[in-house]
Amino acid sequence: MTTKLFGEPVRRREDARLITGRGRYLDDIGAGALAAAFVRSPHAHARIVDVDVDAALDVEGLVAIYTYEDLTGPLAEPLPVLIPHPQLTAPRTGYPLANGEVNHVGEPVVMVVATDRYVAEDAAERIAVTYEELPAVVGVDAAREARACVHEEIPDNVAARHHQETGDVEPALAVSPHTLSFTQYVERSAGMPLEGKGVHARWDADDRSLRVHTSTQASTSVRAAIAAKLQLSLDQVEVVAPDVGGGFGVKIVHPWPEELLVPMAAIALGREVKWTEDRREHFISSAHERQQRQEVSVGFDDDGRITALDVHVWHDHGAYTPYGIIVPIITATQLVGPYVIPVYRVVVESVYTNTVIVTPYRGAGRPQGCFAMERTMDRIADALGLDRAVVRERNLIQPSQFPYDHHLTFQDGRPVVYDSGDYPALLEKLKALVGWDGIDALRDDAEARGKLLGVGMALYVEGTGPGPYEGGHVQVLGSGKVLVSTGLTTQGQGHETSFAQIVSSELGVPIADVEVTTGDTRRFPYAVGTFASRAAVMSGNAIALAARGVRDKALRIAADVLEADPGDLEIADGVVQVKGTPGASIPLRTVAVLSNPLRYAFDEAAKQATQFAVQASNDQPPVTPGDAPGLEHRDYYSPIRSTFASGAHAAIVEIDPQTWEIDVVNYAVVHDCGNVVNPMIVEGQVHGGVAQGVGGALYERMAYDADGQLQNASFMDFLMPYASEVPDIVIDHQQTPSPLNPLGIKGAGEAGVIPGSAALASAIEDAVGRRITSMPISPTELYDLMRSETAERTAASGRRTGVGA
Amino acid sequence: MTVSVDTERTVRLTVNGVPREATVPARRLLSDALRHDLGLTGTHVGCEHGVCGACTVLVDGEPVRSCLVLAVQVDGASVTTVEGLAREDHQGGQVLHPVQEAFRECHALQCGFCTPGFLVTIAAGLEARDAAEEITEAEVDDLVGGNLCRCTGYANIKKAVRHAAATMRDGAA
Repeated sequence: MTTKLFGEPVRRREDARLITGRGRYLDDIGAGALAAAFVRSPHAHARIVDVDVDAALDVEGLVAIYTYEDLTGPLAEPLPVLIPHPQLTAPRTGYPLANGEVNHVGEPVVMVVATDRYVAEDAAERIAVTYEELPAVVGVDAAREARACVHEEIPDNVAARHHQETGDVEPALAVSPHTLSFTQYVERSAGMPLEGKGVHARWDADDRSLRVHTSTQASTSVRAAIAAKLQLSLDQVEVVAPDVGGGFGVKIVHPWPEELLVPMAAIALGREVKWTEDRREHFISSAHERQQRQEVSVGFDDDGRITALDVHVWHDHGAYTPYGIIVPIITATQLVGPYVIPVYRVVVESVYTNTVIVTPYRGAGRPQGCFAMERTMDRIADALGLDRAVVRERNLIQPSQFPYDHHLTFQDGRPVVYDSGDYPALLEKLKALVGWDGIDALRDDAEARGKLLGVGMALYVEGTGPGPYEGGHVQVLGSGKVLVSTGLTTQGQGHETSFAQIVSSELGVPIADVEVTTGDTRRFPYAVGTFASRAAVMSGNAIALAARGVRDKALRIAADVLEADPGDLEIADGVVQVKGTPGASIPLRTVAVLSNPLRYAFDEAAKQATQFAVQASNDQPPVTPGDAPGLEHRDYYSPIRSTFASGAHAAIVEIDPQTWEIDVVNYAVVHDCGNVVNPMIVEGQVHGGVAQGVGGALYERMAYDADGQLQNASFMDFLMPYASEVPDIVIDHQQTPSPLNPLGIKGAGEAGVIPGSAALASAIEDAVGRRITSMPISPTELYDLMRSETAERTAASGRRTGVGA
Repeated sequence: MTVSVDTERTVRLTVNGVPREATVPARRLLSDALRHDLGLTGTHVGCEHGVCGACTVLVDGEPVRSCLVLAVQVDGASVTTVEGLAREDHQGGQVLHPVQEAFRECHALQCGFCTPGFLVTIAAGLEARDAAEEITEAEVDDLVGGNLCRCTGYANIKKAVRHAAATMRDGAA
C-alpha cells in the first residue's frame, strides 16, 4: 500500500507533546539561568539626562547592570535597517539600549541581570533615570502635520515616499464618466501572540561557542545578526527557535535589542542568562501594525467599471524603521486585489510617530489595501445604485487573463504577476454560501425583531511565498528513521505534520518514521524565515525536492542490489521493490546502510556496508565520483516570483438600535490556496485569521493618548476576542494550483485576516445606512455616528427608505 | 545596606498526586513555583493578570489562575496541572484524558501555548457535570468562554469540547 498523505487531514504530530505539557517554549528552557529585566522609557519622547544606578547596587542577588555606555563595537551602533529600499530615504533605528534619547514609551534604557526575575525587577525599579521631555508625535495625522518631529533631522517625519504607477492617472481620472474621492482610516492593532518574546543564551567558555534560544520567526538571520553585532564568527553561534507560542509577524523582526543583549551578558558573565517578555513589555516594546490614513480617488464608467485609481496613503510606522517599507509596499501592491485597474497610481508616505514600531502583523498591509479597494467598490455601487456584487464582478480579472501582470513591483522586488486563479467562481461561491441574493428577506425578518441587518463582502488576492529561497534536507538513517529539516521556523502552523506528509508522499515511507525539525541552525543553516504565508510554499517545495533527490538515489542503489532498472522500482511503506514482482525488494533502511561504505561496523546493520561484506567492482572507488556517502539530499526552492492566493469573505451583521451592539450572525469564507497539503490545518488557519479579522474590525485598537502613553497595555483593556466574540464561520474551498512550484501550492497563513475590516464595514454600512470611514468601530462610535448630523448617509439607504440621498 | 525583600517559606503540596515541597520566597506566584521550582513547565503564563487563562491549574479540583495566587496560599492543597490530566494504565502506559484526545482529534490547538489552560478548565468542567447528559451549546460556551486563544478562532476548541463530552457520555453509558 502506498502512503499518499499529501492532501489528507492528517492529525498533527506536534500535538502529542503540546497536550501533555511537554512542549518546550522559551521560558521552559534554562532552569538555572540568570534573569534579565529592563528599565524602559516611561516617556514617548525625551532626552536622557542621567541614569543613576546606585540604589540598585545593594539589591541582594543583583549580578550586573548595563546601560548604553557598556555597549562596545557594533553593539553601540544603531540596530540594522533589515530591508533597505531606495525610497526609504530617511531610515532610523534605535540602539540596543537608548543612546541619549528615547522615542517611544517602552524603549529599553537599562538592562539588569540578577539571580531571578523578581530580584531583577527589584533592582530595575531602584534605577533612577532623569529625562527631559520632548514634544510627542502621536497618530498619523499629527505626524503628517509635523508641528513636532520624532527625529530632529527629519522635520517632516517622512521616512519614505513609496510611489508606483501604471499610467498617467490624472488625465485618466479627468476623462472618466464618474469620479469619487474620499478619505478613510484604519487603526492600530497587533499580532499579540499568547507567548511574548524571549531569549536564552548559553556561552561555553571552553570551546568559545554561543547557543541562543529565541522565540523568533527567523533563527538563521538572528544568528547572523548576533555574530555580526557581538563580533563572533558565524560558526561560534547556534540559534534555535524552540516551540514558539504564536508569532503573527511580530517575531519576524530581529535582532530585537534583547536578542543581542542577553547573549552579550551571557558571554560577559560566563553564565546562562534568560529574558522572558512580560505582557506589558510586549504591548509597549514589541511591534504593532495597521494604522493608515487613506485618500482615494477613483474614476469609473456607467457600468461601474474602474477607469483609474489614485491612492495616497499615510502610513504610521512608529518610532523606527527596522523592517523598512515592506508594509507600505504590500499595501500599495496588494490593494488592486482581483480587479483590472487600467490606470493606477499609489503613493504611500511612511511617517514617524513616538509610538511602538510598526512591522508586519498577519496580513502585513494587505488588510489596509483590501479596505481601500473594497470600500471603493462599495462606494461605486452606492453611487450608481448597483448591487455591490455586480460592480465587483464587472471589474474582476477573468480566468483567461492569467498570468495577469499588474505592472507593479512586489515586496520581493519582483513583478506583481498573478500566476493563477478563478475570481468569478470565488464570487459566485461566496454569494451562494452567504445567501447574497436572499438578503432582503433576512433584512425584513430582522426588522420585525427590531434589529438592523446588513451584509457586506470583500475579496482579496494575496501574494504568498516570496523568495529568495528556502531549503530542505532529508536523510534516511540505517534505522529507517527519516530525518527532515528546514531552516524556516514554526509558530503553531503544524509544519511538523505537513512537511512530514510531503516527505511521506514523495518518498513512500510511513509518516511515523519521519521526524521534522524546523528553525534550528544546527540542523539547517540557510533560511529566510516564516512570514508572508511562505512556509508551505517555500520549505514545502524545498523538502519535496530534497525527498525526490533521496528517492532517486535510493532507487539507484537498490537497482544495483536488485539487478533491476531504476525505472522498474517503486518505494512504498519504506520498502523498495520491483514493480509487480513481490519478493524482489529491499528495505529503504538497508539501502541507507549500503549508501555509506564503511570500514568499521558499530552495529548489526552496519556490518552489511563494511569493506569485506560488500561485493563491489574493483574498477570503481567505493564512493562513485560525483556521489556522496549517505542516503540524504539537500535541495532548495527559489521561486521566480510570489504565487498569488485569493479569497472572498462575506459577513452578515445584526445591530441592536438600542445599544448599537454589532453581532456578526454569519461569516462566510471562500478560500483558494492552490493544492492543499492538509485541509484540516488550512481550515484552522482560516478560522484563526477570521478571528483576528473580526477582532481588528470590532474590538482591537492600540489606544494611545496625545502624550504617547498606551492606555490599554493589558489584556484587561485591549480587547482580543474570546470565543463569545468570534462568529461561526462557514467555509467553501476552491483549488487553482500554482503553476510556479512543483507542489502547486499557495500560502494560507494570513488569508483569513485580510478582508475582515472591509467586509464588516460594508455590512455595518449596509445595516445602518451611514458611511463607515474608520475601522475598527465600537458600539459607542456607531452610536455617535448615528447621532451625528454630519454623518454621510449612503444613497442605498435613501433608496431603500424612499428618502433622497 | 543590602536590600532584600524575600522571606522564604516552605510550601507542601500534592501536585498531580505526588507530594511535593518547595522553599520559596513568600511573594512567589503559584505559576512561577510550579514552573520554576517544581519544573512543571506545562503551565504557561500569558498575561500575568488573570485574563488569558493560560496558567489555569486545578486547586482542590477547582480551576484557578495560578498567576493570581501565591504559592504560600495553596500550602496543603492538591494541585492538578496539565501534566497530571492523563492517567497511567496498569502497564505503566499513559491514557490521555478525553479532552486531551479531543483536542488532538479536532485540531483544537495550533501553537499550543494557551492549550494547557483550556485543557484543565474544560477537563474540570466536564468531570463536574453528569456525563450521561448530552452537552448543550450553552455549556460549551461556558467551558471555553474564559480563556484566550490567538490561533484557532475557538471553533475547533468548541468542537473538541463536544467531542470529549460525547466520549465521556459513551464511557458513562
